[in-house]
Amino acid sequence: MNFIDLLKRIPEICKTPETLPLEGKKLILDFVTWLGSLVGIAVPPWVLTLVNILVVIVAIIAVFLIMFALMSVWERKILARAQNRYGPNRVGPWGLFQPVADGIKMLTKEDIVPRNADKVVHFIAPIVMLVPALILPVLLPYGRGMVAIDLSVGILFFFAVGAGSEVAIFLAGWSSRNKYSILGAMRAIAQMISYELPLVMSAVIVALVAGTLSPTGIVEAQGGYQFGFFPNWFVFTPWGFVACVLFYFSALAESNRSPFDLPEGESELVAGHLTEYSGFKYALFFMAEYVGMFAINGLLVTLFLGGYQAPLPFLTFIPSWCWFFIKLAFLAFSLVWVRATMPRFRIDQMMQFAWKFMLPMSFAALFSAAAWHYAGRGLLGWGISAVLVAIPYFALGYFCFTRHHSADNRRYLFSE
Amino acid sequence: MTEADGAGAQTLDVSLGPQHPSTHGVFRMNVRMDGETVVKLQPVFGYLHRNHEKLAEGKSWLGSMPFTDRLDYICPITNNWGYALAVEKLAGIEVPDRAEYIRVIVGEMTRIQNHTAFLGFILGDMGAWGSALMYAFREREKILDLFEGLTGARMMANYMRFGGVRCDLPAGWLEKARAYIETYPAFLDEMEKFLTGNEILLSRLQGVGVMSAERAINGGLSGPVLRASGVDYDIRKVDGYGVYPRLKFRVPRGTVGDCFDRFMLRILEIRESIQILQQAFAQIPQGPILNPAVKTRGFKPPVGEAYGRIEGPKGELGFHLVSDGGEKPYRYHIRPPSLINLTLLEEMCVGTKIADVMVILGSIDIVLGEVDR
Amino acid sequence: MNFPGSGIFKGMVVSAINLFGSYFDRAHAKRLITEQYPEERPTLPEASRSFPFLVFDGDPEKGIRCVACKICEKECPPQCILIEQDRDENGKLLRRPKVFNIDISVCMGCQICVESCPFESIRMDNIYEVSSYDRFDSLVLPKEKLLKSNEYYHSIHPTEAAETDARIEAARLKKEAAAKAAAQKMAAAKAAAEAKAAAEQSSQPESQA
Repeated sequence: MNFIDLLKRIPEICKTPETLPLEGKKLILDFVTWLGSLVGIAVPPWVLTLVNILVVIVAIIAVFLIMFALMSVWERKILARAQNRYGPNRVGPWGLFQPVADGIKMLTKEDIVPRNADKVVHFIAPIVMLVPALILPVLLPYGRGMVAIDLSVGILFFFAVGAGSEVAIFLAGWSSRNKYSILGAMRAIAQMISYELPLVMSAVIVALVAGTLSPTGIVEAQGGYQFGFFPNWFVFTPWGFVACVLFYFSALAESNRSPFDLPEGESELVAGHLTEYSGFKYALFFMAEYVGMFAINGLLVTLFLGGYQAPLPFLTFIPSWCWFFIKLAFLAFSLVWVRATMPRFRIDQMMQFAWKFMLPMSFAALFSAAAWHYAGRGLLGWGISAVLVAIPYFALGYFCFTRHHSADNRRYLFSE
Repeated sequence: MTEADGAGAQTLDVSLGPQHPSTHGVFRMNVRMDGETVVKLQPVFGYLHRNHEKLAEGKSWLGSMPFTDRLDYICPITNNWGYALAVEKLAGIEVPDRAEYIRVIVGEMTRIQNHTAFLGFILGDMGAWGSALMYAFREREKILDLFEGLTGARMMANYMRFGGVRCDLPAGWLEKARAYIETYPAFLDEMEKFLTGNEILLSRLQGVGVMSAERAINGGLSGPVLRASGVDYDIRKVDGYGVYPRLKFRVPRGTVGDCFDRFMLRILEIRESIQILQQAFAQIPQGPILNPAVKTRGFKPPVGEAYGRIEGPKGELGFHLVSDGGEKPYRYHIRPPSLINLTLLEEMCVGTKIADVMVILGSIDIVLGEVDR
Repeated sequence: MNFPGSGIFKGMVVSAINLFGSYFDRAHAKRLITEQYPEERPTLPEASRSFPFLVFDGDPEKGIRCVACKICEKECPPQCILIEQDRDENGKLLRRPKVFNIDISVCMGCQICVESCPFESIRMDNIYEVSSYDRFDSLVLPKEKLLKSNEYYHSIHPTEAAETDARIEAARLKKEAAAKAAAQKMAAAKAAAEAKAAAEQSSQPESQA
């Protein structure tokens, strides 16, 4: 093997977009072997393994950080347009270099540590926040055969690691010695623990139906098309739709996005646990939040939206990893859209929503999934399972909400 | 922390403000919380005190007019109107018909833009990321453009004069205003579709900050906050100042008296204001806009005192003036609706969550320029 | 149709309409009303006002309308005007200002000086780019910076300027007419006196004769 051969392989790889990232990785490994042959030694296998790991880590971190940078400007653009503003459009074409400007601003800002703060914990908190967020993307299958670690208990591991960010938020809130911070941290703990339940419950349903905890296995279980054109994604079953919506809202709550942004609720708690953070530490929190948000939405894509599967059979010529990121981008857009629309929950209402509505609904979705499975996963099962989720939905909706709050039950008197 | 405050529970004192994102300016609330529940709330204000009343005693009668713009800076024209009305009462000045109609037109447009901005502000207090606020400001901006075309300034209008208004409507202004107001119900429908059915908004507003009619009257509340509690009291009807008796409109009032009623009342009032405007556009006569008997320089009302009040967008805006016959007021006192409506804040807030405090404060619709003067 | 969550659904539709609608609103008419300031400038309405300026006719030195009567200085609510009357070599007060300063960091653009001026000499400008790096020198406008021609006044407030000119013209005509009338009266009186004198002169010799 020589360098010219390696170079010749590049156009070949580019012709097969489906496996482009995988072949790219192989190319790098072959390049390392070639480097070894240059010096006249056989590269030991552990070096190759190490290089393999490093390539994956670099790729994931680079992709997610680029996505974070793009998202930060894209979010502001969409939010601005939804509010009939222009959004950032001064730095570079269409404001695309805004993340660079933001980064410079963040890094050159003074790093303020309150005098009474617990300085060590105050310093550690952003790191504790970022590390689990960066571990999460490792588990997601981005395309066919494109998963960094194909854990057979991937889903379990995901939730286990994801729960680490709660600790970080509490560390941040506690160490700041600020009343807003501690209130925000308390809210964050209450909120994240409550929403972990419907989150895990809706994932459990998928795991039961797919019969596996491995993300790749779950995606493969959603392959194929009903009647030749209708994708077998779980979101297109009644139970799957309900579980998907539940997962979506729990994911919003887990990543502290509006309307569940209570921990940093600006109008009440100034910035919650972030009140005393500035500069680079703040940027780390920000980054961790966004990477965590991508990861949990990537899991949503994996669990319900068919992962890397194409939505229609004739669209399979587009590489599978593209589909994954298209779906992720759509979810990211919807997050901003939700943020542009909704006011924030109040703390007690948020807890009620979690415990009185979402948790029972996730049980209903579980039963509905069971009915769907035992009725043969066909149209009959579809019907039964639709009824099984519709009844609890309207009942819970009435008892939890409409009974108390409605715009129709108000009367307004007029005097001439 | 004392035994009496929270049944032995540990309470937390938080000073919300004066620099806080949602206190509508430099307002401060010392809140004692038991967890997230408010046990005690003490409003602190005066951070924006500008000595308005005492300053006015050193200025000519007309000289205070531009300062009234800065009381409730969201709706300067109605402040002008209140002051002009009080001086006219004091000096017994007649106002020409056309001027009265112009006053009603700009006054009701001020009410519309104030209430529209309110819809945005309260959503901001609820934690919406500014969409409703931007839609509200988008429409408010168009009304402010009309104001600029008429008075020369978007906000600091300084438009009323004793015995009339400062300048006549420019050519084509009335048509522009009429055309714009015709598009307003469509915007309101959009806003209602956007907001009033939203479940989160309903659960945030309904049953929060309930104020009974009796307490509202005893507390001296006025304006939409009072009417939301079910009291039928509108100074436009009670006093019948200006040409309001000639215009047909209804006064809406709520039945529950919570934040949602206050919110809805603003929307209903905008709809009534549109009715008033359409009638005023149709009825406005030709004629002079200023009573020629009133001098610009050296205006001296006779000795005496007068209390003139109008139904401002936020409530009863009153000016109590005492004249010693000189070029300057002997005493000049304002009854600001924001301040008086704020007096029952603690009563509404105790027992609610900290997030509700912001919503209740927002639903009262205060402007600190008027509270602190 | 009302089901639990329908309000949120409707709200999402409205925000989506606004989101995509803002891309089809190029004329800043309905949704996207922002003016991108340095590139796009607002077309100010005629009535727009910001800070006062002094009007002169023709020559800035001779044509200045201000007579330093100090009424505006007295009437100004925030008291941002400083006027000093000019004197000639002999120390006699002249009817023009030597110093006329307006501190536009204090001025609130209320237009009361304009209304109180009996000589139509102070008017409202519509400049809005006055920011600067120092508080004193560039924000306290001296007479030289305040003086602007009547043509400029016509260009920013045409209707108002035309009315002002008409008023000045009417006042001038009235004054001229009054002067003429006075002159005529005087001439007539003189003529009458002369005639009388002449008559007396002529009658005297007659009587003498």
